[in-house]
Amino acid sequence: MSASAGERTAPAARPEPPAAEPRVVPLRTAVRALLRKELGLELRAPQAVPAMALFSVTTLVVFHFAIQRGQVGGDLAAGVLWVTLLFAAMLGISRLFVADHEEGGLDGFLLAPTDRTALLVAKAVSLFAFLAALEVIAVPAFALLLLGPSPGLGAYAQLAALLTLADAGIALVGTLVGAIAVQTRARDLLVPLIALPLLIPVVIAAAKGTTPLVLEAGARGVDVRWLLVLGLYDLMFGLLAYALFDYLIED
Amino acid sequence: MLYGTRLRALSIATLITMTAAFGLAFFYAPMDADQGFMQKIFYVHVPMAMVALGGFVFGGIMAIQHLRTGDPKHDLRSYVAIHLSLILGVGVLVTGAIWAKASWGHWWVWDEPTLVSFLIVFLLYATYQPMRFSIEDRERQARYASVFAIVAGAFVPLNFLAVRLAQAYTHPRVFATADGGLPAKMQLAFLVSLAGMALLYVTLWRYEMASKHTSAQLRALRRKLSGDDAVTPVGRTAAPSLPTT
Repeated sequence: MSASAGERTAPAARPEPPAAEPRVVPLRTAVRALLRKELGLELRAPQAVPAMALFSVTTLVVFHFAIQRGQVGGDLAAGVLWVTLLFAAMLGISRLFVADHEEGGLDGFLLAPTDRTALLVAKAVSLFAFLAALEVIAVPAFALLLLGPSPGLGAYAQLAALLTLADAGIALVGTLVGAIAVQTRARDLLVPLIALPLLIPVVIAAAKGTTPLVLEAGARGVDVRWLLVLGLYDLMFGLLAYALFDYLIED
Repeated sequence: MLYGTRLRALSIATLITMTAAFGLAFFYAPMDADQGFMQKIFYVHVPMAMVALGGFVFGGIMAIQHLRTGDPKHDLRSYVAIHLSLILGVGVLVTGAIWAKASWGHWWVWDEPTLVSFLIVFLLYATYQPMRFSIEDRERQARYASVFAIVAGAFVPLNFLAVRLAQAYTHPRVFATADGGLPAKMQLAFLVSLAGMALLYVTLWRYEMASKHTSAQLRALRRKLSGDDAVTPVGRTAAPSLPTT
């Protein structure tokens, strides 16, 4: 009793309080380390991006025969592009956590003294990077194989803005759904079943936004409304993912 | 909480309100000038849709409670709410298709944003049970189901906004709000129908909760009476398990 009172009055008597406290890795350091791991893994043994890219080109060929057109424009072109990108994204989402789950990476991360949000940020950013890499291949392939009118550079810049906002939404939803699905038995079945309905607002806004850019009669500007819808979607799922991700990687 | 108490009174109240609602809808509310008798399905379809969506939101709120407290009873409440809303959802889609066939001549129309949004929400929630079923660890199943219920609950309004925006220019809204443009007699019939449907939902919810609790208690009593071996273990199931102590 008296000893504890004495300690309270003289805190300087304990010389090593920082060493006794658990060392917390700052979020930025943890995210950087995780990102280096994710991107390094994909660069050394490319798996997700080549599969997604190959799938997207194959899907474009399938579309050519299924809709029986050599060239598409307008709303049909927007639809073909976004269905292709979305389905290719499903492949990336279902692989996102598999390596960590199978090789014990999640357990290793849980042992590290850091905020679990770091994993969310790292996974979402790496999925975003994979999607961007996919689009670098899929969009030119689409323009080359199927797109009737060739839009100017301005239209491509606007398409890039749409793609960026849509990719952010897909990356956030994909990280949540991927983290859920990796712990289930029916992993590859559940990812498209859960993710596709959740991504329908993205498809609506992205397809509506893309249509004026690929019109047969020449490109018109994108409606800012759709960029706002995508931004709102990203914001909402960003907050949801931030609030709920911790519960998905316990134990 | 005992879910079995006052169930009889609640059931009778539901029965009376639903009978009154149908009576009002058929004999008191005036015939619709355009759609005639077929418009009466409005008194089933719209309350059912509103109650189903309300049930999804209630499931989401219970899921938040579950994640905050870790108490499995909130997970059971959320599960039962979503499960019942899904069943009502089938009814909503069927009555919606019938109404669409009668007034527009097609079983399905894409320019009715509310119905389209409802289909998307329904498709999303239809994955709730398969997802639960494919997670074996009970504690993890409950936790993941709650995360799903919260994400889906927040998705509902966003989805309605996006679908509405996609069709903003094609069609004006007929029933912009619950009371927008409805004559007073129709409004009364509609409100009573809504109350009846809500009561039906609450009654069914209480029945299922009571049933789940009773069977859990029965298992616990059996185990106490004749030992652990007498009770066959629960197989893999989508339904949340209650602590049987």
